[in-house]
Amino acid sequence: MQRNALIFTGLLASLVGVTAWAQKSATDGIAEYRAMLADGNPAELFEAKGEDLWKQKRGPNKASLERCDLGKGPGVVKGAFVELPRYFADTKKVQDLEARLLSCMETLQGFNAAEIAKTPFGRGEQASITALATWVAGESRGLKFNLPQDHVAEKTMYEVGKRLFFARGGPHDFACASCHGEEGKRIRLQDLPKLTTNPGAGNGFGAWPAYRVSNGQMWGMQLRLNDCYRQQRFPYPLFASDATVALGVYLGVNGKGGESIAPALKR
Amino acid sequence: MADPMRIRAQVAGGNATVRVLMAHEMETGLRKDAAGKTIPAWHISEVTATHNGKTVMTAEWGTGVAKNPFMQFTIKGAKAGDKVGIMWKDNRGDSRSDEATVS
Repeated sequence: MQRNALIFTGLLASLVGVTAWAQKSATDGIAEYRAMLADGNPAELFEAKGEDLWKQKRGPNKASLERCDLGKGPGVVKGAFVELPRYFADTKKVQDLEARLLSCMETLQGFNAAEIAKTPFGRGEQASITALATWVAGESRGLKFNLPQDHVAEKTMYEVGKRLFFARGGPHDFACASCHGEEGKRIRLQDLPKLTTNPGAGNGFGAWPAYRVSNGQMWGMQLRLNDCYRQQRFPYPLFASDATVALGVYLGVNGKGGESIAPALKR
Repeated sequence: MADPMRIRAQVAGGNATVRVLMAHEMETGLRKDAAGKTIPAWHISEVTATHNGKTVMTAEWGTGVAKNPFMQFTIKGAKAGDKVGIMWKDNRGDSRSDEATVS
């Protein structure tokens, strides 16, 4: 009996030892793991695919996207990513990168935008949008976020995004702010950036599109935000919905001056 | 047709370090789809590396290799301007070959 107790105490001690070690080095460990993988970030494969899709004549109109206006004039890609979402006069809407690409695919190439928006993430033309977004984002690598806030619609979307960020609800009664409103929070081993100010907002917003090592998928900002809502046990707000774009404006404006590292690599 | 590879080859000392990213699903044959049916195995089974047209490495791959695999190796005595070719074949008979210049 006494021997059993001794063994048990020994086991407990070793368990405590392991936990203490994990707490100390978990964040460093993940950072090391990311650095190791970053050298061969498979996001590069999606960048190459996206560039090809941009130049290819596709869709019912057999046209390329090279005349697509991402906010800096038709065909200008470099620097466009760090100024999105923004207001577009032709669609009379504030659009993020993926929403804008979808509009271009409709107007220039003749695709059915509503049909594509309904397609599940990662399938068919949704996969094309992700690849295109990855390439466009990559062209602004290292530039600083500077989202326009001149148009009244852009200001409205910022306010809407802010309210959505703090709106609590769902069966678990929590908001984006529950996890991303304070410094130093984490979920399991993942650090959670505080998205209301820099550096968190710039780091968080400026990392997507990103390649997720755990499932081997390329994720755009739209899927990232939709998945946040899934984790809140809300229904998907849907692809390119006003809700996700408004959140994008809120995060992007908060992240002003932050450096874009997209396409990044995530666990 | 398969998506292109990304090949980088850089001189390091008297050798060249080659880093390759391949776009492939690499299905293990153990996963099941939403309907509960097994997804058949689909993976790269052969990789060949050439240096100026001469084979310098061959590899046999299986289901244990990750999706969108990354491979790194060294070619002894390779110089700037040399051509490095990578070719893979998968178990469905699909293949892809790309070439890069050592810099």
